Amino acid sequence: MDLFEHQAKELFAEYGIPVPRGIVAHTVDEARAAAEQLTGRVVVKAQVKTGGRGKAGGVKVADDAGDAHDKATQILGMDIKGHTVHKVLIEEASQIAEEYYFSFLLDRANRTFLAICSAAGGMDIEEVAHTAPEKVAKVPVNPIEGIDLAKARAIAQAGGLPEQSLDGAAALIEKLWAVFVDEDATLVEVNPMILSADGQVKALDGKVTLDENANFRQAEHAAYVDKAAEDPLEARAKEKHLNYVKLDGTVGIIGNGAGLVMSTLDVVAYAGEAFPGQPKPANFLDIGGGASAEVMANGLEIILSDPSVKSVFVNVFGGITACDAVANGIVSAFQLLESRGEAVTHPLVVRLDGNNAALGRQILADAALPRVELVDTMDDAAKRAAELAAVGA
Amino acid sequence: MAIWLTENSKIIVQGMTGAEGTKHTRRMLAAGAKVVGGVNARKAGTVHEGLPVFGTVKEAMEQTGADVSVVFVPPAFTKDAVKEAVDAEIPLCVVITEGVPVHDTTEFWAYAGAKGNKTRIIGPNCPGIASPGASNAGIIPADITTPGRIGLVSKSGTLTYQLMYELRDFGFSSCVGIGGDPVIGTTHIDALQAFQEDPGTDAIVMIGEIGGDAEERAAAYIEANVTKPVVAYVAGFTAPEGKTMGHAGAIVSGSAGTAQAKKEALEKVGVRVGKTPSETARLMREIMQSR
Repeated sequence: MDLFEHQAKELFAEYGIPVPRGIVAHTVDEARAAAEQLTGRVVVKAQVKTGGRGKAGGVKVADDAGDAHDKATQILGMDIKGHTVHKVLIEEASQIAEEYYFSFLLDRANRTFLAICSAAGGMDIEEVAHTAPEKVAKVPVNPIEGIDLAKARAIAQAGGLPEQSLDGAAALIEKLWAVFVDEDATLVEVNPMILSADGQVKALDGKVTLDENANFRQAEHAAYVDKAAEDPLEARAKEKHLNYVKLDGTVGIIGNGAGLVMSTLDVVAYAGEAFPGQPKPANFLDIGGGASAEVMANGLEIILSDPSVKSVFVNVFGGITACDAVANGIVSAFQLLESRGEAVTHPLVVRLDGNNAALGRQILADAALPRVELVDTMDDAAKRAAELAAVGA
Repeated sequence: MAIWLTENSKIIVQGMTGAEGTKHTRRMLAAGAKVVGGVNARKAGTVHEGLPVFGTVKEAMEQTGADVSVVFVPPAFTKDAVKEAVDAEIPLCVVITEGVPVHDTTEFWAYAGAKGNKTRIIGPNCPGIASPGASNAGIIPADITTPGRIGLVSKSGTLTYQLMYELRDFGFSSCVGIGGDPVIGTTHIDALQAFQEDPGTDAIVMIGEIGGDAEERAAAYIEANVTKPVVAYVAGFTAPEGKTMGHAGAIVSGSAGTAQAKKEALEKVGVRVGKTPSETARLMREIMQSR
């Protein structure tokens, strides 16, 4: 989960990392009030979870409270790479002497952590790393040894930071490591980390990505969930503990296992190319290896409540749970949905393969469920589901 | 023949007394695996599913001669369980648990390295390893395929099963599910190397998915080191950028980690990449039939 800049900075502040004074505003009036509480010129910054907002015009300097109101008027509601700006951070403008880059991140390839530091901050670090790799220090960090002040200082030095910034940067980096570890982050990035005119090293921006697998020991992270931006179907699926991602097509997808469901999306998209309107998957939904009746019913309910869905493809490989159990699950799911007053009205293509596949298919055939078609292979079933979506569209 | 797990492997289960541990201990035994005991510090000295429960991995190894551990403990305790297995220097530790914080995985991986990498770690968030007809360590359904001469390595559980099933008439030497987390122990490359060296393996199926660059690095490894035929499949061509697709590691970040880039990297080194799982099976079928 990515945090907004203001959330990242609030977190930084809790760890004693110097950040500019700032206030979040959701309306232009709040923006004016915020600027009145702050001292001097302010910066009005769009709060969106994407990069490139500066170039998009989402960051503007304001001379006074009235100007902050005007700048917020321009920024609030703006669309930045598909993200609508719902709030701005009003922040005291800093006197910048120098701009640096710093981050801790997960290095998947080397299965360790990495510190990245550069004196060339304030711009796209990947671009700098590409054009002038010698300006970017990439230092592996052993997760057991961690970072102390001396190591932090060495990293800052490796990044080419000047002598007068080293102490301040080292202190900031050491605290940033505490954020990275204690908050179970997979990324903490400060770009730019600045040396201010009065000699302070500060975090002028902040980007933090948190590991959702650590939620069991990070109870307070629940407060960071951006409910307003959540797709309503995704939110409902989450409540039912379903692994669901909303997509923009018309073929509802249910499968077991993340890899198989990802694969199902691809196969449906290929199959859809042959039909009018080129139907695509409407969602990702992994009901897990078990595929119980209740989970199947909950999954079907979510998918059928998606108005864009024209057909549904249930793609199950009977492994740990054999196909007869899955078939019984589907039959029970239909009964469960009917009892909830949500009878299945869309065509449903079911492909069962693996353990006891023949038995599972027999159970479904005998149940003669309305609008259910059995297709033996994944490729053929994907074709049929796409065809049905095209006809229904 | 097989890699890493043979008919002689003696398996202990860390977390055997829990619901998942119990269920899959039964399944492993039914598949003919030599499960010789379990580990649970609080239930040491008791008997579960007819097997002795030991207080530590070390004790279990001393008492039973176990050389494989399968970990089913909950995410909060996985790091300590793996470190314990590493301390005991068990040769193979298969971590099934899903939802382990990546800081914990990174830490136990570093710990294993600091201890000299005496323990091969597979997972976490993986289905384990099966050597059909010989043994089974994890949750792979053993009865969907037969013993044979194809090796399989995959990030995904159910796609592993799908390919095992589609190619059941040829059969498999070993099937390794390496897991879908951003940080994992055993990689595609480790398995490719082992299959290349295994006289019981003639050809290799490699299944990848979006996220990271493991497939790209595997492609480079294949070009330099693998002479046996490799057929690949990559899942997630239609996955949107920035969304995690079920597996914690399955995410396209910006232009990095796309299925297209992985497919191109593999095809560039001569690996045939199937468009669907079934087409992948057909490609492997052609290779096996032409032998």
